[in-house]
Amino acid sequence: MDYNFHWRPVLRKLPELLEAGLLTLEVAVLSMLLGIAIGLGLALLRMQGPTPLRQIATTWVEIARNTPALFQLFFFGFGLGAFGLHLSPYLIVLAGLTFNNAGYLAENFRGGFLAVPETQVRAARSLGMTAIQTYVRIIIPQVLKIVYHPMTNQMVWAVLMSSLGMLVGFRELSGETQFFASKTYRIFEYFAVTAVIYYVIVKIILLASNLLARRLFRY
Amino acid sequence: MSNSASFFSDFQISDLLFLGEAAGRTLGISTVSITIGTALGCVFGWALQESKWFAQATIGTILDIFRSVPLIIQLILFYNFFPIIGWKMGPFAAGAFVLSIYTAALVANVVRGGIDAVGTPMRRAARSLGMSYWQDLRYVVWPIGLRAVFPSWVGVALSVIKDSALVSVLGYLELLRASQILITRTQEPFIILACAGAFYFALSYPLSKYSKKLEEGWAS
Repeated sequence: MDYNFHWRPVLRKLPELLEAGLLTLEVAVLSMLLGIAIGLGLALLRMQGPTPLRQIATTWVEIARNTPALFQLFFFGFGLGAFGLHLSPYLIVLAGLTFNNAGYLAENFRGGFLAVPETQVRAARSLGMTAIQTYVRIIIPQVLKIVYHPMTNQMVWAVLMSSLGMLVGFRELSGETQFFASKTYRIFEYFAVTAVIYYVIVKIILLASNLLARRLFRY
Repeated sequence: MSNSASFFSDFQISDLLFLGEAAGRTLGISTVSITIGTALGCVFGWALQESKWFAQATIGTILDIFRSVPLIIQLILFYNFFPIIGWKMGPFAAGAFVLSIYTAALVANVVRGGIDAVGTPMRRAARSLGMSYWQDLRYVVWPIGLRAVFPSWVGVALSVIKDSALVSVLGYLELLRASQILITRTQEPFIILACAGAFYFALSYPLSKYSKKLEEGWAS
């Protein structure tokens, strides 16, 4: 083995890498929030929407779940270019992740809603609750408990998937790393440090999610 | 446009063949990785379930790292690490290596869940009927556990097929890279991406439908 590891240039760029890590986190959280909103809509449409809308929702979910995330990113990056629509790298990643998150979360939400027996709605209504009260106090808390864990997983996936941004020119953690690595040719060292940063980010998310779960589901 | 004709040409039927070939390579590298990864994952999952702290501290930690770092980073890392230790590995070998370990990390969790699903009382009952440890594993844990976790295993296999798209980063000519090459030549990103998407869909959708059917058969 005649290879000398050079960690110093990497450590010098550590502040930049950590800042890029924040950008990774930002785009992941945003795509997650949008994904939850759209996913909820897709799940409800699939369960009780009018037929054309239901078919659109089903198509969305099946494409999101049956094609690679990178393909979806390329689609928003190059595919839309065919219609003269050129998104910035940030928007490409955000749109791609949101599309993917919404598809996966829709299936989780649907499973959650189906797991709550329909008789509970009728029971709540006959006790004098309004439809909104029924949803807010009876259905949503139970569904949330079921989908909480899958949602945490999806959040971790969103962080990991955002690394694909480097292939569409987005300078988040991976893109920034590749930028520096190609400048110094210390590819292994740079990506090793980046791997550690990703690991820490994922662990922090899981820890936060566990703490939040303990607070939310105390009963 | 006459002066650009030598650089760009339209999408042709033979390009579909090119994409089909690349789809075959996607299927190939996925099959290799899923096979090796599942075999490794079964052993790891069993070790994690049976020996409490030692396997957890060694295998458990390593597999956890593979699950928490983006696959694309793992691929680049290993592809650049092999030459350092003097191994000559092409894109296929390096890609299959990383994908296999990645699969094993996912499958180990699934297998552990499967052994858990069988439950201690059932296994004690098997042992008190005079079965040896391996008989218990083969005739009790395997059939019951397999049915419990088969859907999750199919989920892992499907995600590996999709994640194999990332091997394109190492220069391996699989489906997504082939479509990129075609896009560069024809300048028709929408049609070509739609074709590539259709190929991915054709690879993964039947598998998920088939597993659903198999599950229903087992349930009845």
